[in-house]
Amino acid sequence: MSILPQVIFAIVFFIGIGYFANSVIKIARNIKLGQDVDTSDNKPQRWKNMARIALGQSKMVTRPIAGFLHIIVYVGFVVINIEVLEIIIDGFTGQHRIFSPAGDIYNILIGSFELLAFAVLVAVIIFWIRRNVIKLKRFMSSEMKGWPKSDGNIILYFEVVLMCLFLTMNGTDLQLQLNGAEGYHTAGSFPISQWLLPLFDGLSNATLIIIERTAWWLHIIGILVFLNYLYFSKHLHILLAFPNTFYGNLKPKGQFDNLEAVTNEVKMMMDPDADPFAAAPEGEEDAVPAKFGASDVQDLSWVNLLNAYTCTECGRCTDECPANQTGKKLSPRKIMMDTRDRLVEVGKNIDANKGEFVDDGKQLLGDYITNEELWACTSCNACVEACPVSIDPLNIIMQMRQYLVMEQSAAPMELNNMMTNIENNGAPWPYNQMDRLNWKDE
Amino acid sequence: MSELLKVPTMAEFMAAGKKPEVLFWVGCAGSFDDRAKKITKAFVKILNKANVEFAVLGTEESCTGDPAKRSGNEFLFQMQAVTNIEVMNAYEIKKIVTACPHCFNTIKNEYPGLGGNYEVMHHTQFLKSLLTEGRLTIEGGQYKGKRITFHDPCYLGRANDVYEAPRDLIRKLDAELVEMKSCKSRGLCCGAGGAQMFKDAEPGNKEVNIERTEQALDVKPEIIAAGCPFCNTMMTDGVKNKEKEGDIQVMDIAELIANAQDL
Repeated sequence: MSILPQVIFAIVFFIGIGYFANSVIKIARNIKLGQDVDTSDNKPQRWKNMARIALGQSKMVTRPIAGFLHIIVYVGFVVINIEVLEIIIDGFTGQHRIFSPAGDIYNILIGSFELLAFAVLVAVIIFWIRRNVIKLKRFMSSEMKGWPKSDGNIILYFEVVLMCLFLTMNGTDLQLQLNGAEGYHTAGSFPISQWLLPLFDGLSNATLIIIERTAWWLHIIGILVFLNYLYFSKHLHILLAFPNTFYGNLKPKGQFDNLEAVTNEVKMMMDPDADPFAAAPEGEEDAVPAKFGASDVQDLSWVNLLNAYTCTECGRCTDECPANQTGKKLSPRKIMMDTRDRLVEVGKNIDANKGEFVDDGKQLLGDYITNEELWACTSCNACVEACPVSIDPLNIIMQMRQYLVMEQSAAPMELNNMMTNIENNGAPWPYNQMDRLNWKDE
Repeated sequence: MSELLKVPTMAEFMAAGKKPEVLFWVGCAGSFDDRAKKITKAFVKILNKANVEFAVLGTEESCTGDPAKRSGNEFLFQMQAVTNIEVMNAYEIKKIVTACPHCFNTIKNEYPGLGGNYEVMHHTQFLKSLLTEGRLTIEGGQYKGKRITFHDPCYLGRANDVYEAPRDLIRKLDAELVEMKSCKSRGLCCGAGGAQMFKDAEPGNKEVNIERTEQALDVKPEIIAAGCPFCNTMMTDGVKNKEKEGDIQVMDIAELIANAQDL
């Protein structure tokens, strides 16, 4: 028996995995461009969230149809990977169906893979119909034109092709088993691919082996290509949903962080003994004062950036957004897509400039996200609640508002009036603080 | 009727060497907005009826800073927060009740990090606890059998996971509680949060409060119950916009309870 296929397999496999590892390193590097945040608290709750939300898909089912179909594809993806493990071992060792000595267990496994593969096929076709025939509103928004639309469809095509190859591989294998072909011992049960047998009627064993081997090779190569396609697609959620739900916010949704840099300033203002002309502490003379809020991806936290890579553009956030529902420009999904696009651009800039970011005259605020979008937000947390993988678009919106107000004094005029009132008379309207209790006697 | 209201201040309690059971944080809307002042009074009437020893800060109260923070003005927020915390800590406040979910959220969640640690309750939670402790009885009165839908305030519901206290109180009125298409964790915003109350909306094809009012009208309520002075304003405007103010009332839960007992 020739060892050539094994060598080719090893080369293909290691190129696929190596290239993917390279992508993972790049993603990690880009995420680490974000500001540090402490996520070391309450590990048990974090594990629980990951188990419940990512592994258990708990938030997917709030929309029953999409949720159910997604669980099929998800379970299919996870379970069929056991078969991929066998394929990989077969590939390296030159064996055929190396797990088959497991007998009945093997038959049950292969049988269930087939049933799942068929269910996945049906689910994926329904997904395609939802996107392209029924044209669900949340897949038709302006940010979904062009690449994001093609990207969504390409992933569906990938899955259809992979499932068809898997079933073809099994169908021809079964025919070869029935024919008693050499090397194709009886193994597995084929509840779905047995229906393909009439297609192979009258084909010679040699032809069948070519079809079986071609399907086998294309299936494993397809999986490796898919793995590497993830880096360029919105589909990274299949991996990043796990860390993302782990590092997701544990506080009440209404609790926004208090900026520490501001607290220090406020404390100094309130301290009667503070010396406003004091020299900077030794060693910190050249320290750049902290920037308030965020205008670019490097100002955001690394969790924000992980969020951006995790977003799979399902659009549930945008669908629930009151501003978006009433025709405003704000779309929480676009906030996440813009953040990722800018982050990728910054990453490429760093790659092109030997590891250093060179100012490109662009930033997330203005070049990607407009003030109009930011000011349309009611901070209602509907987007945060809607996200099935714990992404928080509101956090990014608030950091950018902070930049607009505290660094640029660029709030809408009416808000400036409101803030002036609070400063002067302790209420957002121009009523005197001394009149606060007048209601009692009115 | 107003002369019947007992509204002691913290300063008065302090002068008498006493401490109230709870501080009633009135909030800016509750102090100054004509519609919200009615909610404040209704709540005070219930507190008086239940003999709750409460106090207000009165002229020593100032904006919590919520609209400043949500606008992005963290400086102003923290200045307000630190000032309020100094006042409340000086009075050794332990427990706070407020009828405004924005004040509730800010004091409960954002003040602790700045040195203000209190037990904070929304007025619906507080009324529920009075009920449980047997200090308050709720009768249906004029609301018996009325069709009432509850609009979840974002800063009470999603922001702090309080969904049942207001609903339990409505049920106690022997009213028919009906839920809108979007409710509880999926409740639609009234459009006022995030400092939107104080500015015009960005260009779009509809106002958020109209969208929400339409959802409410879909379930054909006689009363839209609210638990937030800002939601109340937005829903009242929405109902007026639909020219339904003759058929549908927008009422705070405290008002429903007070009116039901002719307080």
